[in-house]
Amino acid sequence: MAVSVDEAMSTGPVRDHTPPARRFGGRGRSVLEIALLTVLAVVMLFPVLWMIETSIKENRDVYAIPAKFFDFTVTLDHFKDVFVASSGRSALSASFLNSVVVAGVSTVLATVLGVPAAWAYSRFAVKAKKDQLFFILSTRFMPPVVVVIPIFLMYRQVGLIDTKLGLILIYTAFNVPFTIWMMKGFVDEVPAEYEDAAMLDGYTRLQAFWRFTLPLLLPGIAATAVFALIFSWNEFVFAIFLTSSDDVRTAPPAIAGLIGGTTVDWGLVAAASVVFALPVLVFAYLVRKHLVAGVTLGAVRR
Amino acid sequence: MGTVAVHGLCKSFGKVQALDGVTLDVPDGSFFVVLGPSGAGKTTTLRAIAGLEKLDAGSVHLDGRDATGDAPAARDLAMVFQSYALYPRHTAYENIASPLRARRCSSSEIAAAVEQMSSLLHIERLLQRRPAQLSGGEMQRVALARALVRRPRAFLMDEPLTNLDLKLRVEMRTELTRIHRSLGATFVYVTNDQVEALSMADQVAVLKEGKVQQVGTPTEVYERPANQWVAGFVGSPPISLLACHAEGDRLVGAEGWTLPRPRWTTAEDGRPLLLGLRAEDLSVEQRGDASLSGELYGLEPLGDRTVVDVRVGTEILKVKARPTVTGTPGERLHVTVDLDRAHLFDAGTGLSLSEAGR
Repeated sequence: MAVSVDEAMSTGPVRDHTPPARRFGGRGRSVLEIALLTVLAVVMLFPVLWMIETSIKENRDVYAIPAKFFDFTVTLDHFKDVFVASSGRSALSASFLNSVVVAGVSTVLATVLGVPAAWAYSRFAVKAKKDQLFFILSTRFMPPVVVVIPIFLMYRQVGLIDTKLGLILIYTAFNVPFTIWMMKGFVDEVPAEYEDAAMLDGYTRLQAFWRFTLPLLLPGIAATAVFALIFSWNEFVFAIFLTSSDDVRTAPPAIAGLIGGTTVDWGLVAAASVVFALPVLVFAYLVRKHLVAGVTLGAVRR
Repeated sequence: MGTVAVHGLCKSFGKVQALDGVTLDVPDGSFFVVLGPSGAGKTTTLRAIAGLEKLDAGSVHLDGRDATGDAPAARDLAMVFQSYALYPRHTAYENIASPLRARRCSSSEIAAAVEQMSSLLHIERLLQRRPAQLSGGEMQRVALARALVRRPRAFLMDEPLTNLDLKLRVEMRTELTRIHRSLGATFVYVTNDQVEALSMADQVAVLKEGKVQQVGTPTEVYERPANQWVAGFVGSPPISLLACHAEGDRLVGAEGWTLPRPRWTTAEDGRPLLLGLRAEDLSVEQRGDASLSGELYGLEPLGDRTVVDVRVGTEILKVKARPTVTGTPGERLHVTVDLDRAHLFDAGTGLSLSEAGR
């Protein structure tokens, strides 16, 4: 059969007998998918929803049996209680401030230490580079709860127990390996030739890094820093073991401390949790944006 | 002044020996081409000169002074990278100005220099664009302008034309030669394109697997290749190599053919040799006393000429012929050999045996 070029190129008739492979399971499968995903979404989101509801319910609605889903009185008293106590500022608000300081400083430190290290590992011939990088990563293998007792003993010896500096140092130690690994990927994406060209232009190696490579790394640094920030912000185990006084404690142990005793003010717990979760949600959104920017970074003619 | 001399450069990357004792002497003001296939160590040589590569052994002398350990910035060289390496967040203007900024020139000086360079390279209208908004040829010109905006000791060029399309490449070849002549500066130019090497160079160094095979003028490298490998690498179509040995006043081929022994050979009888014959030194059109018989294997019409593949035994000879030549595969024919222009190599070492007699 003779087929003209136009006929051979046409996609019209072909579509009839070769439907996309994805559709072979039929409509039933996609319905099942949607149903499963819905169940999962409800299971995952219910605690969050319940937390938000509890934070704006009046106390008698919080304890109502059967539980009230929709017809309760909305109040912002719990949020007021998070920040204000009868004697002035509440202990919870102090703990939020501590969290900001500890998470912020440890993230900045981890970035300042980790980015140049990542650059060095990416650019220079370092002896046993892979072993070193593996060693650096291995510090993250163990969960905090495994190492917290020895660290507690060490901290007691050097007087870092119950200090913000102690928490900052331990969070930095945990975030530096992460920063090095994340940033090494971003630095690898930036061609080393920019620095080579800059050095031939007459800049020193560090100037070349600072002026030409660093600006290209900013999206990656932002993404990495946000991840480090979220880790430090959420960290619980070290915080509860290594700190005890109200003016040092960060938010996670402080919120946990609200539970216990004879009565639990669930409205306050929920409101504190909402306040605590908000920054993470905002930053998680930012990460998404910056990660995309980080991935498209390597748009270079090679 | 602008002499570049490297001595005994050695560099290995893991198990790969990229440079194995490379020694080159680039005279002041010359257009020096480093030619070799990919992986020969050309770029590593250039990067070693620029100070971008830490050497295992060897020295780099610039203007007679030992610069081996110097930082790239201290060497006073300019380089054009194969990828151009234009700063992506800077405009073309800022890219070209960068070497002057690094040296803290005043902005009026910079403006004047950038303007002069951009008019020389016809890129005035591109100055406010970023690299992403430039085509390959335009990026190449901006990269060239960035190198030329200063008067360094020497210019290093790492396959600057490889990423261009053929027409632009031919154009830029002429332009680079013109720029070199007008500046009178030293160029060290790396390429894997033998046409570029032969057409632009004052001196060619042929590199293979980190070793210098031959250094000479383009004519020397083409006419008197130092060994079988250089003969095969330089020239298009590639030289035809036939296994043979000398027997009295004859050359006897492994495939049974015989040719008169060229007067200039000194090889003793029976020693395994390779006879190198370039396509233009063979002819299927005239008859001479030195000829080989074979059969037509294929025709490659190239417009201005036709390359005739002739099978002699199991070996293929490439013969340059007029574009009008015709024939059918399998047809018997005679190939006349210009023995005065033939090459002989030792089959064991690959070294040329032709040099002594000429």
